[in-house]
This record gives sequence, C-alpha cells and structure tokens, in this order.
Amino acid sequence: MHELAITQSVVDAVVERTGPARVTAVRLVIGRRSGVVPESVRFCFDLVTAGTPLAGAALMIDEPAGRARCRRCAAEFVADDVLVLCGCGCADVAVDGGDDLRIASVSLVPTAAEAS
Amino acid sequence: MCETCGCDDPAAAPRLTSFSADGEAAGCSGRELLLEQRVLAKNDEQAEQTRQWLAARSVLAVNLMSSPGSGKTTLLERTVRDLAGRWPLAVVEGDQESVRDAERIRAGGVPVVQVNTGRGCHLDADMVDRALRVLDPPADGVVFVENVGNLVCPALFDLGEGVRVVLTSVTEGEDKPLKYPHMFAQADLVLLTKCDLVPFLAVDVDRCIGLIRRINPAADVFTLAGLHLPAGVPGTEPEPGLAAWYAWLDARRRRPDARPRAAVAGRV
Ligand SMILES: Nc1nc2c(ncn2[C@@H]2O[C@H](COP(=O)(O)OP(=O)(O)OP(=O)(O)O)[C@@H](O)[C@H]2O)c(=O)[nH]1
Ligand SMILES: [Mg+2]
Ligand SMILES: [Zn+2]
Ligand SMILES: [Zn+2]
Repeated sequence: MHELAITQSVVDAVVERTGPARVTAVRLVIGRRSGVVPESVRFCFDLVTAGTPLAGAALMIDEPAGRARCRRCAAEFVADDVLVLCGCGCADVAVDGGDDLRIASVSLVPTAAEAS
Repeated sequence: MCETCGCDDPAAAPRLTSFSADGEAAGCSGRELLLEQRVLAKNDEQAEQTRQWLAARSVLAVNLMSSPGSGKTTLLERTVRDLAGRWPLAVVEGDQESVRDAERIRAGGVPVVQVNTGRGCHLDADMVDRALRVLDPPADGVVFVENVGNLVCPALFDLGEGVRVVLTSVTEGEDKPLKYPHMFAQADLVLLTKCDLVPFLAVDVDRCIGLIRRINPAADVFTLAGLHLPAGVPGTEPEPGLAAWYAWLDARRRRPDARPRAAVAGRV
C-alpha cells in the first residue's frame, strides 16, 4: 500500500496548518499523471486519520488530466497517463498539467464565535 | 445547496468516502480554509536544503532506485571497490529492517550509514539529511544513497540528490518501464543489470531499452553483466557498462549542480 505515505503526508500537512481544530472535509487534487492512485488514498484515509483532528472527515478528490499537443501533427488531446502517445503514432508530445499532488482546501468545524 | 463540500453534486457523490453522519453535517456548515499546498511540500523543502548543502561542498549525491533485488548493493560493492582509492566515497543504505546491505558495503572500507525505514517503503529527504550529517562527506566526493527496493514511492520523494539512477534487471522482464513509468520518467540514468543471464531467459533487451527511451528520451542507458562475480573472473572482463558507469559518474562529479529538482524533471 504505497499511498500510505502520501496519505500520511496529507494529514501531517493539514494538522500543521490547522492545529487541533476539527477537520470535517479535505479536498485533494491528484492529477492523473501524478503517479498516485486516488483509490488507494481513499482506502488509507480512515486508517491514517484515526485519532487525529481529521478523523471522520469527508475526502474529496479532484483528478484532473493533463493537456497534450503533438509536436508532429499539432493534434491536441487529453493526457491521462505518464506515457502519452498521439493518435498519429508519435510520442513527441508536449504535456501540460495533470501531475498535481495538492491539498486544495479543508473544512473546519466553526469556532464558537463563528457559530453564534 | 452546499458549495463548500459539493455534497449535493451528483458528479462528486462517488468521490466522497468516510462520510460519517456528523461529519457530513459539519462539512456543510463548516468554514472552508484554502490551503493550495503541495502534499509533499515539506519533503521538497528539506530536499532543496540538502541540495544546497551538497552543492556548497561540491558533493554529488546519487539516488539509486530499483525493485527489490535488482542489484543495487552488488553494484555499490563493486563500485566502491573500484573507486575507493580515487574519489572520497560514502554510502547511505536504506532498508526497511536489516543492516545486511550496510555490512556488505562496510566490508569495502567506505563510510556507511544505515537508515531503517521500518514500515516506510522509501527514504525521504529528512532521513537522508540526518544520515548526511553523520557521514559528513568530504568535498568533491560522491555519496551513494541506496533507496528501499521499490519502484513506486521513491519516485515521489525528492531526497536532494544530484542524479537519479534506476536499475532494472533482465530477470524482471522487459515491461518494467511500462509498468512503472513514473520511476523511469525521472531517471537520469537507467542501468539494465544481470545481462549475463540473458541467454537463459526469454527477454528482449532491445525492446526493453526501446521502452525506456520512449518513456524518457533524455536518460542514458547502460547494460551491466556479471557484477555478482569476483573481479577478474575470466570471460566477464572487461565490462564495458561498468566503465561507462564510472565515466558517467565522473562527468557529473566534476559539475555537481544545484538546480532545483523541479527544473530538472519538470515536477510541480
Ligand atoms: N547473475 C547476476 N546476478 C546478480 C548480478 N548483480 C546482482 N546479482 C544477484 O542479485 C541478487 C540481489 O542483489 P542485491 O545487490 O542484493 O540487490 P539489491 O537491489 O541491493 O536488493 P535490495 O536491497 O534487497 O532491494 C544477489 O543474489 C546478487 O548476487 C549480476 O550482474 N548478475
Ligand atoms: Mg540492497
Ligand atoms: Zn510505497
Ligand atoms: Zn500526432
């Protein structure tokens, strides 16, 4: 389960920013070319968050693809893998994006002041 | 209507997990905090510091990665034996549990620090930083870092190294680059090891090299054979790949560069 380390990094980074405040939702961006499998992160999430301020939080994962442009035939297409091949058979392709591995935002339980 | 967590968005619904009843309620009324932070930001910051530290000493750090058993320690044993008198060398050995590999290297008379990662399946920048401070490598030398045998996670963790070397042995089959493209896409050099075994296998070495080049046209590729044998065994010398490996290292040792990894590999 290699995504355990990534999930642990997510929890560490969030707790570092939000301290003991209870986190109810986490939004991640895991690009399709990032090398990280969102399913596995979901699988680890409950395990890794147990006993932390993120316990029970909802996990939302955005999985953007990259954009590719063939340098030979100029075709533009979606790149959702590390290995990108143009329909024309050419591998000389410029790729932009799709490799994010980011924490977009978290939701926190409102503080007493905000709730009133 | 909830824009905060998208909980009523049908497209988002299957993406929600661990939606405990009160978590859902709180998620909807909660206050959203934008982080927009890379997951591995902390590791990458330490890696950059390590890279600067190494550059200031003009030390080349080589991150060696492969599946378990592709021949990393065997290559290091041989490299250390051949080069120890020529350049200052040191080794960081990453392993989940044992100190076996560190003992093998120490037998060659080179300073070595073992890092046991326990359950961790890779080295991270912090572990390497601590090991480097213990090793205190002398200027103009080379520090080899043997990562934990694994083709997945080590590709994600920048250690502050100057170069990334990926080993893959012919016994693993020629499709390894296709199965683990991230690892191969980030390599500066790929070493195809155990080529002495090719006659006993149905492996297509040219196809394997072709796949590596397709994934990473910029990487150098050398083949190695018979490294498990004691030096000087008839029929195994000279080993052209080994000479190419030493020359490759020497060229990079003379200009250890402090370019951030992001600039080298196009990482975000
Ligand atoms: N035939 C042959 N065997 C080799 C060669 N290089 C290494 N081996 C054998 O492969 C096995 C594994 O080698 P190691 O050097 O321990 O591999 P490693 O990558 O360090 O393994 P881990 O640290 O466990 O990931 C040993 O039995 C070596 O003798 C080679 O060039 N040819
Ligand atoms: Mg080893
Ligand atoms: Zn792993
Ligand atoms: Zn094309």
